[in-house]
Amino acid sequence: MKKLLSGNEAVARGFYENGGRVAVAYPGTPSTEILENMVQYKEKINSQWSPNEKVALEVGIGSSFGGARTLVAMKHVGVNVAADPLLTVTYSGIKGGFVLVSADDPGMHSSQNEQDNRYYAKFAKMPLLEPSDSGEAKDFVGLALEISEKYDTPVLLRTTTRISHTKTVVELKEREEHDGLLGFEKNPSKYVMVPANARKRHPTVEERSIKLTELAETIDVNRVEMNKKEIGVITSGIAYQYVKEAFPEASVLKLGMSFPLPINKIRAFAEAVETLYVVEELEPFIEEMIKAEGIPVIGKEVIPRCGELNVEIVRRALSPEKEEPLTTEKVDEKSLPSRPPVLCPGCPHRGVFYTLNKLKAVVTGDIGCYTLGVQPPLSAMDSTIAMGASIGVNIGLEKALGIDFSRQSVAVIGDSTFMHSGVTGLMDAVYNKGSNTILILDNRITAMTGRQENPGTGYTLMGEETREVDLEALARAIGVEHVRKVDSYDLKALKDVIREEMDRPEVSVVITYNPCMLIRRKKFDIKKYRVNEDKCINCGICLKVGCPAVVKNEDETKSHIVESLCTGCSVCAQVCPKDAIELV
Amino acid sequence: MNEVKNILLVGVGGQGVLTASEILSEALMLEGFDVKKAEVHGMSQRGGSVNSHLRYGQKVYSPLIEEGKADIIFSFELVEAMRFSKYLKEGGFIVCSNEKIVPNSVYFGTVKYPKDPAAVLKEAFGKSFYLIDAVKIAEELGNIRFANVVLLGTVSHLMKISDKSMKDAIGNMVPEKTVEGNLKAFQRGKELAG
Ligand SMILES: Cc1ncc(C[n+]2csc(CCOP(=O)(O)OP(=O)(O)O)c2C)c(N)n1
Repeated sequence: MKKLLSGNEAVARGFYENGGRVAVAYPGTPSTEILENMVQYKEKINSQWSPNEKVALEVGIGSSFGGARTLVAMKHVGVNVAADPLLTVTYSGIKGGFVLVSADDPGMHSSQNEQDNRYYAKFAKMPLLEPSDSGEAKDFVGLALEISEKYDTPVLLRTTTRISHTKTVVELKEREEHDGLLGFEKNPSKYVMVPANARKRHPTVEERSIKLTELAETIDVNRVEMNKKEIGVITSGIAYQYVKEAFPEASVLKLGMSFPLPINKIRAFAEAVETLYVVEELEPFIEEMIKAEGIPVIGKEVIPRCGELNVEIVRRALSPEKEEPLTTEKVDEKSLPSRPPVLCPGCPHRGVFYTLNKLKAVVTGDIGCYTLGVQPPLSAMDSTIAMGASIGVNIGLEKALGIDFSRQSVAVIGDSTFMHSGVTGLMDAVYNKGSNTILILDNRITAMTGRQENPGTGYTLMGEETREVDLEALARAIGVEHVRKVDSYDLKALKDVIREEMDRPEVSVVITYNPCMLIRRKKFDIKKYRVNEDKCINCGICLKVGCPAVVKNEDETKSHIVESLCTGCSVCAQVCPKDAIELV
Repeated sequence: MNEVKNILLVGVGGQGVLTASEILSEALMLEGFDVKKAEVHGMSQRGGSVNSHLRYGQKVYSPLIEEGKADIIFSFELVEAMRFSKYLKEGGFIVCSNEKIVPNSVYFGTVKYPKDPAAVLKEAFGKSFYLIDAVKIAEELGNIRFANVVLLGTVSHLMKISDKSMKDAIGNMVPEKTVEGNLKAFQRGKELAG
């Protein structure tokens, strides 16, 4: 049967068809839908969200040691978090087939950087597969599991946004069971990586790499499509599609398995064509290894390192003389207002940032929906680096600038992010006698990535009820004496409590609570607000809460609330100096 | 010859751009085409500008439409139609819902929401610009949620996608009790394409 599947759906399907047993992840765009789609196979596959990528990978290691075919998925930066166990499990090796899916985000559609995770394959010494559409994404999961079991190694399957979030036509197959390896056998020399054992494993890893290189030379996913000889292109992943469209007549060496590199195959291809290019997105990963072998090739001299590629970029890079004229613009784009993403109407984060703006606080921020608090009119975030970093950065600023600075500053972190990697930062603050104020914006869900369950939600990925982490008790257990909970829709309480806790020369935690409006809307009747035009003086203060439901009327003489968007959170009504915003 | 057709769907997060694209791509697959549909999830859901690239033909390589190559721009909002109009090819069509969504950014920046975006588009694209009162028609049919299917009727007619494939795709995607209403909306949209 044929079906249109996104790369993420295809990865899930591939895992199902190839006897997958355990799938683990922490959400992160563009990888999230892999596990969301795994749930439909719950009869056969045990799927779960872990609190962060390191734990996810470790759960995966255990599952593989138990002989189950295992898949672990994360976004590119997640692999940084999981890197510690990753770089040693490539020494110990695995038992049940183990595939790590890294979904990279060239162009940074929703990420803080555009690191090229193919380097992790080289760094950790593991084979690397790069699918170029959903069909390959599905097939490569099966291939990865096979290679993994045959060569006793984890395999990296690296996708990118345009693979993960593009639907292409895929042929579905039935599931095949692969349970032959199930069971744990004690084997400390393999599973216990103390120095004495690890020293013995390292040479094994090097031998494995030589065998994997032989595999890369012969495997059919590394294929030559011989055509005209003038141009030869070595390419992988989505870049293959751009090359085929821009230069249908070129000869192509498509690398489905791009680490270790099949250098002999590449050398033969280089000799068969006149000009050889490497077309790859982001870093010169393949190119550097080819150049190191002394094979002349053109790559990043003409192909950009930054951002995504596309057909036009590839075409212009390889044949600059044939530049087509750009189409003339009939509409002046600069005359159009920008439309960045914004906090949803009724988002419980809004009032917090409105308050921080009013308090003129220096806000060390974190990653989540609330990062949108950096934008005008809220404009209340001063740093964002990586998940969990808000607390450490806040501590560091205080260490550098002293307690007076700390009185003007707060760290802001979401519930999922706090449990992911903020808890350790909080311990640091208490242990090292800080006076930081930490706001945990608790909306009971991992909202940014599309509302996934987390340890505070009360539900698992597979839909079962479970215990909820009590953030207040957790903070107290760490040693925070001042833990306060505030209704995130109550602007006065927010202002008073945050001001008090900023002034306090001790660590305090303020938990602002209310569920994400997108999960709440389903459970509550929504009352709505409207503007009483007789009272409205058009001062524009309500617009400063930055709510999509609050606009001006047609002739811009009064504020206006778009009824279909209003969720009745009341934040705009609270800021109105004339009480002109009333319940409908 | 392998001719690839391009439809660019644009609008604002929450308007149903991605669902419409889903229905169209499903119908095109049922027609026997190779189909690729590319979009970005994540940040763009939060009321931001959203787009979905849909390409089909005998064999499609790149999932992304190049500027100046779209056969149809299918827009759910007027300013978004303007923003993406550079993707339209010579001889292509813009099908746009008569909707204005004013972003909050206009109150704090220097750039205003254009006074009459429909007039600008009409001026620039003449007969290639179809302005559809989809929301009004959907209201007449008793449910504003049908608005997107009205637009789909117009677009699929211009793309010459068979009724059967479209109806099957709609049937597969919408809740069962709304199928009939949706099919009526589809018919109205088709008639608008003339
Ligand atoms: C290491 C890492 N993993 C995953 C992500 C993707 N991601 C961005 S924010 C976020 C969590 C947001 O949840 P929360 O902190 O609860 O804030 P909310 O969006 O709900 O406001 C995730 C998983 C990331 N940026 N970095």
